[in-house]
Amino acid sequence: MALPPDTIRIRSRLSDNDISIVRNDSNSATISVDTTKSAYKFGPNASTIGKQVASANTGVVVMVLLSIWLVRGVSRFVNLKDRFPGWNRFYFRFWMLGAVYYLALLGFRVMRPEADDFYVLLVLLATAAVLLKVRDYRPARTLLLGFLPLTVFAIIEMFMFVFLPNTVRFYKDGFQSAEGFSWLWLFVFIFIARSHKKQAEKERLEREAAALEKQRIEAQNAALEQMVAERTASLTRQTEELRETLEELRITQAQLIQSEKMASLGELTAGIAHEIQNPLNFVTNFADVSTELLHELEEEQQRPTRDLGLETELLTDLRQNLTKITHHGQRAASIVRGMLEHSRASSGERAPTNLNQLADEYLRLAYHGLRAKNKSFNATLTTFFDPDLKSVDVVPQDLGRVLLNLFTNAFYAVQKRKELGEPGYTPTVEVSTLHRASGAVEIRVRDNGTGIPAAVRQKIFQPFFTTKPAGEGTGLGLSLSYDIITKGHNGTLSLQTEEGQGTEFIIELPG
Amino acid sequence: MNILVVDDELDVRALFEQRFRREIRGGQLRFAFAHSGEEALDYLHQHASEVVLILSDINMPGMSGLELLGRIRQEYPAPPPPAPPQVMMLTAYADEDSRRQALELGASDFLTKPVDFVALKQKLLQLAANDDAPS
Repeated sequence: MALPPDTIRIRSRLSDNDISIVRNDSNSATISVDTTKSAYKFGPNASTIGKQVASANTGVVVMVLLSIWLVRGVSRFVNLKDRFPGWNRFYFRFWMLGAVYYLALLGFRVMRPEADDFYVLLVLLATAAVLLKVRDYRPARTLLLGFLPLTVFAIIEMFMFVFLPNTVRFYKDGFQSAEGFSWLWLFVFIFIARSHKKQAEKERLEREAAALEKQRIEAQNAALEQMVAERTASLTRQTEELRETLEELRITQAQLIQSEKMASLGELTAGIAHEIQNPLNFVTNFADVSTELLHELEEEQQRPTRDLGLETELLTDLRQNLTKITHHGQRAASIVRGMLEHSRASSGERAPTNLNQLADEYLRLAYHGLRAKNKSFNATLTTFFDPDLKSVDVVPQDLGRVLLNLFTNAFYAVQKRKELGEPGYTPTVEVSTLHRASGAVEIRVRDNGTGIPAAVRQKIFQPFFTTKPAGEGTGLGLSLSYDIITKGHNGTLSLQTEEGQGTEFIIELPG
Repeated sequence: MNILVVDDELDVRALFEQRFRREIRGGQLRFAFAHSGEEALDYLHQHASEVVLILSDINMPGMSGLELLGRIRQEYPAPPPPAPPQVMMLTAYADEDSRRQALELGASDFLTKPVDFVALKQKLLQLAANDDAPS
């Protein structure tokens, strides 16, 4: 129900000044319409009095309208809607109280000049209560402080009007200046509160910006931490993979070493069989012969004329045979033992070892092993064993492997040279031991084979290096031998070689 | 009958001497021993006409039994006197290949180790009887 703007004239009781307020507001318009209607309700008889009452209470209407404006301003200033919605609802409808109050004034035909002041006081108290409620908000406190003199003044004024109306008239000027001061105070504080609010707003924005920044940094940190965690996880995974690979390599290495051992053992199987067969044949033969000798001896003893010379000879032979049986039995046992030791994982324990015997044993094994594979192969074996050689503390199965390897290589080299068809060539493999004056022990394995070319010489101790065709050598033999002699026995493994003439490997062990 | 035994095992001598004790004492068989092919050839060169039978191992360091056999067949080719010695091979590697090779080279027999001395004795005594018969 829109109405044209109307002008309301209010006379202030204290200042006697006219204040003109122009409002174009639907609410106020409604009220004024209502007021008018209410005024007319009193009928023709009361119309003159009703008009007087309405006119006397116009100030109340104005105050109600002003209070609406004030309530809106204060509510918006302290943002009451968001802070205390319930309070805001009540505070916003304060004009309703004003409307009821006005109707009551009309109804009871009250014409008191302080009626509007009473309503103003209520509004001020309500505003003070609201500001007290939101006192945590600094501009609200400032505003409260601003309203304080006006409110106190309104209370005192009301008190005076009610109880000491004459005094009011008497101190009219004092009241007037106090009111002026209160208003001035209020305006100043509104100004200060506004600046406080701006500052608070600025601070709030800064806080929000800081919070936003903090949030951004936190998000960034979280992202970074996640990246770090991912990277760590991937590194851990890689480390784990590498560790597993290393473990696999270690196992493979151990398996390779074992298979290298078993391969060299396999090469020797035939040689070993031959080497065991021979002593066993002797054992059975000498046992058989001994039985025959015993028969002969018994027959001899049965004769009337005993040939004591013959009997002595038979007994001597018997004793000799038993010695030979023992000897050949031990020979077979030693070969079996050697084979077992060779195939077993090295215990790594050193034991006093007769190197002459060890070298001889493995020379024969290597030779017969090769013979078993290649029947046309033949070589002259020469041994120069130093009779003064004492037992040396070595790991027998490890040193045996080294010797076996060197012998196998030597036989391979002479075989290769023989295949060249040189006239008058006699393949020869020689092993010699020497007890040096310094106490060191030397074992030399020499062949008159093909020799080692200079280019190959640098690589022969490297793992997996082999000149043999695929499948014939693992390339681990010399590499392992080198480790056994240098790391295992603190010795040295060196070589002298001349291409086309032969090679000599020299093992030196500290005494 | 003179027999040359070629084997790298030294104890073969003791074994043969005891196994054929009676025959040696009876003078039916006489044994000489060589420990390598080379030694056997030396012995043959020195006692050419005396040796009637050679018993040789095949697997020996240096000159093998088969090489020795080849050399003997080369050096004593013809039947006219002095009659070439018979060569019997003795080996632990009794494979068909070696046997064929030995017989091709002119071995008169191929025996496997461990030696069956009863059978060997029979063969030797038979040979000795044949050998002694004409003289």
